[in-house]
Amino acid sequence: MSLRSDLGRVKGLGSAKQGVHHWRVQRLTALALLPLSLWFVTALMSLVTAPHRAVVAWIAQPHITVLLLALVMALFWHAQLGLQVVIEDYIHRPGRQIAAQLVVRAGAILGALAALVAILKISLGIS
Amino acid sequence: MNPIKPLSPHLQIYRPQLTSVLSITHRITGIALSIGTCVLLYWLLSVAAGPDQYANAQQVLSCWLVRMALVGWTWAFFYHLCNGIRHLFWDAGYGFALSTAYKSGYAVLAASVILTGLIWACIVSQQGSPL
Repeated sequence: MSLRSDLGRVKGLGSAKQGVHHWRVQRLTALALLPLSLWFVTALMSLVTAPHRAVVAWIAQPHITVLLLALVMALFWHAQLGLQVVIEDYIHRPGRQIAAQLVVRAGAILGALAALVAILKISLGIS
Repeated sequence: MNPIKPLSPHLQIYRPQLTSVLSITHRITGIALSIGTCVLLYWLLSVAAGPDQYANAQQVLSCWLVRMALVGWTWAFFYHLCNGIRHLFWDAGYGFALSTAYKSGYAVLAASVILTGLIWACIVSQQGSPL
């Protein structure tokens, strides 16, 4: 039996069912980042000394490109969600808080897009 | 904020314990890693920009000051990763006993230091020069 009133149901009032969305996505991106980041850091060990040609050839392999794109998306998303909570906890003045959240979000989105474009550019051989 | 309203005791009232220190370190490393993501972006953009820019970036990234920051960043990465696994176990409902929380905390610290050492030992042995 539902305790919601008929009017409330018709108007779509009540919980938006989004209560744990932030919490859940933070964990899901964390789970994705476990293998992806470990794999990338391990790969970086030999890449840091490699010449440009070798790095490009590595990134351009289709499965590497896909994994890198996934890594970048999970990474920037996870970072934004984490920084959002830190800002919520420590910046109390509403104006400053909104400004900080906007700056972090804009930075995360632009950073992610720049990284995705760079990966695709390398992978597709566009110079 | 209302100055008359009573506040709960602030953080500095409490004696620091391993568990609380590790908890705040998780946040601090998270912030540091977010900033470090800019380095990853810089590296990717330099690869995309071409051989000259890549060589330039390689030079910037191998100066000793940046290297020291990268060693710190590597530790922050492994700390956040290991402690993140610890958090995921808590989220799943495991490891809440005080003795377990302390043991897993020490394990995270040890693992982060060992893994950071391993990674940089590999890098240094490949390059044949210390830092």
